[in-house]
Amino acid sequence: ELFVLTYGALVAQLCKDYEKDEDVNNCLDRMGYGIGIRLIEDFLARSAVKKCRSYSETADMIAQVAFKMYLGVTPRVRCSSAAGNEFSLILDKNPLVDFVEELPAERASLCYCNLLCGVIRGALEMVHLAAEVTFLQDKLKGDAVTEIGIVFLKNTED
Amino acid sequence: GFRVGQGLIERFTKDTSRFKDELDIMKFICKDFWTTVFKKQIDNLRTNHQGIYVLQDNKFRLLTQMSAGKQYLEHAPKYLAFTCGLIRGGLSNLGIKSIVTAEVSTMPACKFQVMIQKM
Repeated sequence: ELFVLTYGALVAQLCKDYEKDEDVNNCLDRMGYGIGIRLIEDFLARSAVKKCRSYSETADMIAQVAFKMYLGVTPRVRCSSAAGNEFSLILDKNPLVDFVEELPAERASLCYCNLLCGVIRGALEMVHLAAEVTFLQDKLKGDAVTEIGIVFLKNTED
Repeated sequence: GFRVGQGLIERFTKDTSRFKDELDIMKFICKDFWTTVFKKQIDNLRTNHQGIYVLQDNKFRLLTQMSAGKQYLEHAPKYLAFTCGLIRGGLSNLGIKSIVTAEVSTMPACKFQVMIQKM
C-alpha cells in the first residue's frame, strides 16, 4: 500500500508540475529508466537466473520472474511478430492502479504506469538488449486490457 | 508524503479502537505504523509532555543503503522529507496538526521531531 500510494502521489505531483500529458509520460519513463538500470542488478542477484538465449526467453523471464518478484503479478506473454522480436505482456491485474478509479477527463492521454516501460527498457539495456517499450493498451483509458509492448531492436553488442 | 500518510493511516486504523490520548497516538505511530511501513519499530520515543516528541530510529530503512557514518550526510535530508510528510499526514488524519522535522548526525540513525500545534 505504501508503494502504490506513493506511486500515485508521484504521478499526481508530476501532473501538477507538467501541463501536457506527454511531458508527464516522458518524465515517468525517464524515472523508470533510472530505476531499471539499477533494478537489474538486484534482480540478477536475487533470482540467480542463467542468461536468456532468446528474445522469447527474455520476455518470459520479465513476465514470470521479474514482474512476480517486484509486483506480485504474472502477465501473460504473447509473441506479436513473425520475426520473433516483438512481444506483448498482458496484465490482467496491475497493483499500481489499485486505488485509481479512472483518469481525470483532462488527462486522457496520461500513461499512468509509464514508469514500468522505463524500468523494463533500462533493465534490458544493462544486459545489452536495446528495446522499445510502450503501453499498447490501457484499461485506465477504456481499453479491454492493459498491454505492454516490447520490441527488441538490433542487439547493441553487434 | 503528507498525502500518502493520510491514505495509509486511514487504511491502518480502519478497525482499531479509539485512541485514549495524544501519547497513545504517538505510540501507535512508533509501533504499528512504523512497523507496517518500515518493518521495524521506532527505537526510542521521548517527549517533554508539552507537545514535543522525538522519534529515534537507529537504523532507518531509507538510509541503510546509503552509508554507515558521515559519508553523504549532507544528502540525507532529501531522503527524509517524504517520511516527515508521512508522519505529518498520518497525524493530520488522526486529528493532530503538527510540524515534523528530521535530523541525522550519523547514518543510518535519525531523529524525527514532532511539534504538536494547538488548533
